[in-house]
Amino acid sequence: MENEIFQLQYALDTFYFLVCGALVMWMAAGFAMLEAGLVRGKNTVEILTKNVTLFAVACTMYMVCGYAIMYGGDYVLSTITGDGVTGADEPATYAPSADFFFQVVFVATAMSIVSGAVAERMKLFAFLAFAVVMTGFIYPMEGSWTWGGNPVFGMYTLGDLGFLDFAGSGIVHMAGAAAALAGVIMVGARKGKYGPNGEINAFPGANLPLATLGTFILWLGWFGFNGGSVLATASVESANAVAVVFMNTNAAAAGGCLAALLTAKLMFGKADLTMALNGCLAGLVAITAGPDTPSALQATLFGGLGGVLVVFSIVTLDKLKIDDPVGAISVHGVVGLLGLLLVPVTNDGASFSGQIIGGLTIFGWVFATSLLAFFAIKAVLGLRVSEEEEYEGSDIAECGMEAYPEFTSAR
Amino acid sequence: MKLVTAIIKPFKLDDVREALSQIGVQGITVTEVKGFGRQKGHTELYRGAEYVVDFLPKVKIEAAVTVEQVDQVIEAITSASHTGKIGDGKIFVTDIDQIIRIRTGETGEAAI
Repeated sequence: MENEIFQLQYALDTFYFLVCGALVMWMAAGFAMLEAGLVRGKNTVEILTKNVTLFAVACTMYMVCGYAIMYGGDYVLSTITGDGVTGADEPATYAPSADFFFQVVFVATAMSIVSGAVAERMKLFAFLAFAVVMTGFIYPMEGSWTWGGNPVFGMYTLGDLGFLDFAGSGIVHMAGAAAALAGVIMVGARKGKYGPNGEINAFPGANLPLATLGTFILWLGWFGFNGGSVLATASVESANAVAVVFMNTNAAAAGGCLAALLTAKLMFGKADLTMALNGCLAGLVAITAGPDTPSALQATLFGGLGGVLVVFSIVTLDKLKIDDPVGAISVHGVVGLLGLLLVPVTNDGASFSGQIIGGLTIFGWVFATSLLAFFAIKAVLGLRVSEEEEYEGSDIAECGMEAYPEFTSAR
Repeated sequence: MKLVTAIIKPFKLDDVREALSQIGVQGITVTEVKGFGRQKGHTELYRGAEYVVDFLPKVKIEAAVTVEQVDQVIEAITSASHTGKIGDGKIFVTDIDQIIRIRTGETGEAAI
């Protein structure tokens, strides 16, 4: 009887893990649609190609070496596909392959944050070369110091210092944004974005319905992102935790959306949809480090903080001539840090100093290594499309096809 | 033979088409265009960055008509597309040297 209950728990936890992983995979569609909607029509095919391919690269590189770097074990997953129960000192509570599956979709999420920030001017294959490095090495290294529990180059262990990041505001989102920032700095702004006298020129997105769809898809997928990070559901305690996480994740998105929309209305005089969309995501990022401990009201307010912050961040980055077509650095980086810092407010298991040290470690590592990687790729492959290709559009230049071939419009 | 070209507000297209068919104009060509006249542009904000909305969407209607029809056509287009607000548009009348109906080979006024 006890064995049967254990079998059921194992099966349910594994099932839950896999479904949550599938939801996070669905976030890839969200990112693809969001980015496709916010870039110009002549660059849409290229960003879609980037999104599909980076996901494939992430899954492959993490399988080849990333997972081993982050959690130990052999390369190419040669020891991972075993049974979690037979012959183990202590039986696992879910199948080992489910653990890999859940982790790999997180890597892909971190990677896809970069694609929006460097959109419209980075060469496709230069980006994919970076994806290989990021998903095979850079992310797994910082992952090993955080979720992997290993000391940072043998110097200090973040968990011992009070660092806590439940589902990855810092480990996934801020890391992705750090790489994105490195990429944006190395590739430069889009031609014509910033004028000689400090003007900031608008490049409106080609398809706001897609951007909105993408945001809703991300919102849905995030239930898997945060919910799955409970790592279990087959007990009263963990089921309760899962429910709280779902509830708070949703509340934070709502808070972020409203706060961002109101901030935009006050700042610009009209309801900027793209800011509202970024606000939803900012709310989600803000709660991701700690969705289990706040009350629903606190979660809404935390999300709201993220929503206000993201609008100011987007405007500020433009003033600093850091060209981010989709606001990725603001949503995932600036608010990712906020997410980390909000954890100690409702969770005694984390300390502000631990969060700051962890944040700096993650940011410092990812930013520095990404700069190096982009530098090397720039030397070997070149990072940026030519000026004429940028004018013509990456779709024709890099992919040889148009996203909206029957819609003619002035460029 | 004259070519009457009218730039009008897009939502007036149906009214103008109706008015023209009532006076016997049997064929028109319609193009979506952008433009501005003496209206000044205005600015909008996209994610905090200003952009100027100079070019407004308009519809261009071209109709080949006989000299005798011109005044009627101008009257029909004007009354159907007029709103009294800025941006109502303009009508241009130009000469046509030759018209050929491709299917039958007819030329001149018979081809209208």
